[in-house]
Amino acid sequence: MSTNQAVESKLLASNQQKELEDLPKDYPLSTSEDEGDTDGERKHQKLLESISSLNGKDRQKLAERSEASLKVSEFSVSSEGSGEKLVLSDLLEPVKTSSSLTAVKKQLNRVKSKKTVELPLHREEIERIHREVAFNKSSQILSKWGPVVLKNRQAEQLVFPLSKPQSAFAPIEHVVSGWKAGTPLEQEIFNLLHKNKQPVTDPLLTPVEKASLKAMSLEEVKMRRAELQRARALQSYYEARARREKRIKSKKYHRILKKGKAKQALKDFEKLQKVNPAAALEELEKLDKARMMERMSLKHQNSGKWAKSKAIMAKYDLEARQALQEQLSRNKELTQKVQVASESEEEEEGQEEEEETLVPDMVNEVQIKANGLNPWMSQNHFIDAKETDVQKDLEDPAEPEALETSESEEERAVVEEETLLKEFEERRSLRQKSKLNHMVEPVHRRVTKDPSSQEVLSELRAPSQKLITENHQSGKQELSSVRTAQREESAREEEEPMLLQRPKRARTLDELEELGREGCVENKKLPRTAVEGLQLGKNRSNHIGAPKEKKRKEQMIDLQNLLTTKSPSVKSLAVPTTVQELEDEEERDQRHMIKEAFAGDDVIRDFLKEKREAVEASKPKDLDLTLPGWGEWGGMGLKPSAKKRRRFLIRAPEGPPRKDKNLPNVVISEKQNMHAAAHQVQVLPHPFMHHQQFERTIQTPIGSTWNTQRAFQKLTMPRVVTKPGHIIKPIKAEDVGYQSSSRSDLSVVQRNPKRLSIRHKKHVENNCVD
Amino acid sequence: MKVKMLSRNPDHYVRETKLDLHRVPRNYDPTLHPFEVPREYIRALNATKLERVFAKPFLASLDGHRDGVNCLAKNPKSLATVLSGACDGEVKIWNLTKRKCIRTIQAHEGFVRGICTRFCGTSFFTVGDDKTVKQWKMDGPGCGEEEEPLHTILGKTVYTGIDHHWREAVFATCGQQVDIWDEQRTNPICSMTWGFDSISSVKFNPIETFLLGSCASDRNIVLYDMRQATPLKKVILDMRTNTICWNPMEAFIFTAANEDYNLYTFDMRALDTPVMVHMDHVSAVLDVDYSPTGREFVSASFDKSIRIFPVDKSRSREVYHTKRMQHVICVKWTADSKYIMSGSDEMNIRLWKANASEKLGVLTSREKAATDYNQKLKEKFQHHPHIKRISRHRHLPKSIYSQIQEQRIMKEARRRKELNRIKHSKPGSVQMVSEKKKHIVAVVK
Repeated sequence: MSTNQAVESKLLASNQQKELEDLPKDYPLSTSEDEGDTDGERKHQKLLESISSLNGKDRQKLAERSEASLKVSEFSVSSEGSGEKLVLSDLLEPVKTSSSLTAVKKQLNRVKSKKTVELPLHREEIERIHREVAFNKSSQILSKWGPVVLKNRQAEQLVFPLSKPQSAFAPIEHVVSGWKAGTPLEQEIFNLLHKNKQPVTDPLLTPVEKASLKAMSLEEVKMRRAELQRARALQSYYEARARREKRIKSKKYHRILKKGKAKQALKDFEKLQKVNPAAALEELEKLDKARMMERMSLKHQNSGKWAKSKAIMAKYDLEARQALQEQLSRNKELTQKVQVASESEEEEEGQEEEEETLVPDMVNEVQIKANGLNPWMSQNHFIDAKETDVQKDLEDPAEPEALETSESEEERAVVEEETLLKEFEERRSLRQKSKLNHMVEPVHRRVTKDPSSQEVLSELRAPSQKLITENHQSGKQELSSVRTAQREESAREEEEPMLLQRPKRARTLDELEELGREGCVENKKLPRTAVEGLQLGKNRSNHIGAPKEKKRKEQMIDLQNLLTTKSPSVKSLAVPTTVQELEDEEERDQRHMIKEAFAGDDVIRDFLKEKREAVEASKPKDLDLTLPGWGEWGGMGLKPSAKKRRRFLIRAPEGPPRKDKNLPNVVISEKQNMHAAAHQVQVLPHPFMHHQQFERTIQTPIGSTWNTQRAFQKLTMPRVVTKPGHIIKPIKAEDVGYQSSSRSDLSVVQRNPKRLSIRHKKHVENNCVD
Repeated sequence: MKVKMLSRNPDHYVRETKLDLHRVPRNYDPTLHPFEVPREYIRALNATKLERVFAKPFLASLDGHRDGVNCLAKNPKSLATVLSGACDGEVKIWNLTKRKCIRTIQAHEGFVRGICTRFCGTSFFTVGDDKTVKQWKMDGPGCGEEEEPLHTILGKTVYTGIDHHWREAVFATCGQQVDIWDEQRTNPICSMTWGFDSISSVKFNPIETFLLGSCASDRNIVLYDMRQATPLKKVILDMRTNTICWNPMEAFIFTAANEDYNLYTFDMRALDTPVMVHMDHVSAVLDVDYSPTGREFVSASFDKSIRIFPVDKSRSREVYHTKRMQHVICVKWTADSKYIMSGSDEMNIRLWKANASEKLGVLTSREKAATDYNQKLKEKFQHHPHIKRISRHRHLPKSIYSQIQEQRIMKEARRRKELNRIKHSKPGSVQMVSEKKKHIVAVVK
C-alpha cells in the first residue's frame, strides 16, 4: 500500500501507545481497513496530503513506485525511481527540524535509562537490616557510659548511694513571699519593713545598700586595699627595725651612729646648699631656731635633775664626769651660732677638699689594689696601717678623752672608730678561719715549739698587745684584749702556712720520724735535765714514731699473707720484657700507693677469717648429752668423766661438701631459710609488672604506727562505702551529669506501631483474649 | 636576768572536756618503729584468721511456704519487704526485720513463674502457670475485703517470666515471645520474637531502660530494643541460659547464668566474646543477681550452694551452703547491698550476710578504723602463701567437694588431650581455643 504510511507507522511504532495521544487531535491517525477500496484510496490520499502539509514547506517528494522491482526498500525508498542517489542527510533532515518529535525523543531516552524494578527483599532480610540498624543505634547510646564505667572501676573510693539527697533549703525570698502577716505585731513589723523599703523579694538589698555598693568600684577598692596593705607592711617593717636598733646596748655603737648621722646631715645640708639655696636657708633657720630654743630652755646646762645628780657623782666617778662633759659640749654646740658660708669660703673649702682628697686617694688606691688582687695583702696592709696607728698613738699623749675637742683629735677619733669596727669584723673572720684551720693548728703548734720561733712570736706579740692595751684603756677589758691578741697571733701564724701547707707538713712528718728515731737513741744517752726543753715534743714524736714501726711490721706480714694465698695471677709471655719492666715499675708504684692508702685494713686476712667462721657455723654440731652428776659425783670443779663424755657425745654426720670448698676467694652461703620461704611470695602476682613494684607496695607500711592520722585514714580508705539502711538505686544519667532522654520509652513504642509486622499483630490479637 | 625554764603550752595536753581522748604525742621516726613489714604481716595474718573465725553468714531462715520457692522480688522502696512466689501458686510477703510473713496470697493455680514489683513499690505483678498476669496491691486488703488482684490479664500461652520497667508503667512478660504491656491495657503494646522457642526470663536494663534481655531454651540470649520494637542481637551459647541480670552501675554489662555450670559476663556491644567466664559451681546455675553497687553478683545453683563472684574475677570469693538447703532456685541481693536472700527447693527463704564476717549494727569510729585497716592489710598481703591459704579455705559439703575434684580431673584430661592433639597434628592446623571463646557458638545479627 502506501509507503508513506509505512514510514509513519515505523516512526510511531517505536513509541508507546500512550504517547501517541500527545499528537494533535485534529489529525485522525488510524485508518479503517474495512471500508471500500475506492473510498479508501480517496481517504488515504487525503490523509497523505494532510500529513505532508503537516511537515511543512519542503517535504521531499518521494518517487512513486510504478513498476515492479526486485529491490523493495522497507522504507519505500527506491533509487531507481528518482534516478538519483539517496543521501542519509536528506533522510534525517525532516526528523531534525520537526518540533513535534522532540518530546517523543525525550521520552524515548527516559525509557532507555529506566531499569526494571527489583524484586522486594525477603522479610527476614529486612528484619535483619532493621536489627542491625537498631543495634548500632543502641550501642552508640550505650557507649556514652564508657567513661563513667571506667572512672567508677578505677575510682579509689565509691560512696553509695550515688545520688545525694537535695538540700531542702528554699531561698528566703520564696519563704517570705509565701507567708502573710497574720497577727497585729507581724503586720506592724511588715509595715516598718515596707516603710524602710526593705525588699522582701529577690535582691535582698535596700536602695541605700545598693547605692553604697555602687559608690566604689571593685578596682578602686582593690587599689586602695593594696595601698593600705603596703603602708601597713612598711610601717611594721620600720617599727621592727627601730625596735631592733633600740635594743642594741653598746654605747659605742650609739655614739658612732649619732656621729654618723650628724655627718650625714652635714653632707646633706651641703648638697642642699648647692642644689637649692632657699631650702638650705630654711634649714639654717630651723637650726637657728633650735639653738634659740635651747638657749631659752637651758636644757643641756647643768641645771637639770640628772645633771645635778651627775655633778655630785662626778667627784668620784670618771664616767659621770665624762657624761657631764659631753653634755656641756653638746650645749656649746647647740648654742653656737651658725655662720652662713660665703662663696669665697666655699672656694676655700673646695680647695681644702681637694687637699683632703689628695691624701686619701693614695690610700684608697692601695686599698682598691689590695682588694682587687690579693685578699691577703689587704689584711697585711691593714695591719701595717694599724701599726702606724700604734706608732702614732705612742707618739701622741695617751689621753683621747681630753677636754678640748680639736679637729685633729676628732679625726683621729673617727679613725679609731673605724679601726674598731674593722677590728670587730676581723675578729669575726678570724674566728671562722680558726674553725677552718682547726686541723692544721696542732702541727704548727708543734713547729712553734722551737725556741727561735717563740722569740719571733713574742716580738710580734708585743706591739699588738701594746696597741690593744692602749686602745682599750679601761682596765676591765684587759682580759678580752689578751684573748683577742692570742687569737690574732694564731691567725697570723695560720695565714702564712696556709700557702705552704703541703710540703711543710710532709717535711715535718719526715723530720718527726727521724726525730723519733734519734730521740729513741738520745733518750738513752742524754741526761734528763739537759733535754728538758725538747722533752715534750720529742716524747710526743717518740709516741708517734712507735706505732709507725709496728705498722710497718704489719705490712710485712701482709705481704707474706699475700704470697701464701694462691692468687690467680696470669703472666703473659708475649709481652716484651722492657715494657713489662716499665709496667712492673708502674705496677709497683700503683701497689705501693694502694698499700699506703689502705695501710690499716688487711682485707685478705679478714676475708679468710670470715670464710673460716662461715664454714664453722655451717658445719653440723656435735650433740653432747652428758648429764653432770648423773651416776657419779657432781658439783663445783667436777667434770663428768671422759669416758662418759665419749659415751654420750653424738657425733654429727659429715654434711655434704661445701660448694666453695675449692674456691679460695668465694664464700657461698649454704643456709637457705626454709621457714622464711614458707611465708614468701614465690611468683610475682598478677597486676604487678616488676618485682620491685611489688616489694615497694609491701614495704610501705599503712598502719598508724608509721603514719600520721591523716595519712593512715587516707591509706585505709575502703574501696566501697555504703550507708546501712539506704537503698542504692541503679546509676542514672543525671547522677553523672548526662542528660537523660526526656521522651519516655513508652511513647516511642506507641508512636511506632507500623514497625510491628502484620504477623505479630495477628499473633498478638490471637494471643490476648479479654 | 632571764631564767630559762622548760614550759609546755597547756593547749597541747589539756583536754577541753573530760570526754575527750587524751592527746598522745607520737614520734613517727622510722628508726623508732622498726620491722614494719613483719609486724604488718603478722597483723594481716591475724586479721585473716579472725575473719575466718567470725565468718558466720547465715542470719535467718524464713519458713512458711508449702512448696519450693520459685521466685523472689524485693520492694524498691522498702528494705524490709520481700516477696516470694512458690511452686503451689502461693505468694508471700515477708518482713525481714521481724523475720515473719505478713501476708499470704493464693495467686495462681500451679507455679508462680515470675514476680516483680512496680518501681513505686505500691503494687506487684505475678505470672503463673494458669496463663494469667495479675497485679496486686502491696498493702493488704482492708477489713472485710477479699484478697483480690487489681487486674488480671488472661493470655493464650503460659508466661514464664515478668519484669517491670524501671521508670514507667510498662512491664514485659515472656513465654513464646516477649510482650511489652502497658499497665492500663489488656493487650500488649508490642510483641517481639525471634525464632520459636520458649523464653525463660526477660529483664529490663536498669540504666538505659528501653533495652531488654531475654534468654530462651534454644540456648540463646536475645537483646531487644523497646523503642524500636525490634530484637537487636542474639548470641548462642553451648548450653541454655537460665537467667540474665544487668549490672546496675554499668549500662552495657550483663551476666548470664548458664546450665554448663558457668556464668558469663557480657559486654552488650561485643557479644562474640564474654568479658569474663565465672566458674566455680558444680551444677547448673539457676539464678543470678547483682549487688546494687555493681561490683559483685550472687549466683544460685542446682548444686545446693550460692556463690558470690566479684565482677572482674573468674573465681568466686565466697560460697554459702547449709546442710538443709536444697537446690537453690532463686537469689536476690538486697538494695542496701548488705544481705542476700535465697529461695530453695525445700520451701525456705534464707537470709545471708553479703560479707560473711562483717559485724552487724552500728560501729564506733575506732571499730570502723580497725576494720578498714584490717581490710587493707588483708588486701596488701593477699598474695602471701599463708594468708592466701587461710583466706581461701572453706568447708564444703562432700558432694560439692568431690564434684570439684572430679571436674578438675576431667578438665585436666581434656586439656591434656587438646595438647596432645596439637602436638600430633600439623603445626598450625589445630589451634588452642581460649576459655572465653570456647562456649560461644554463634552471634546472630
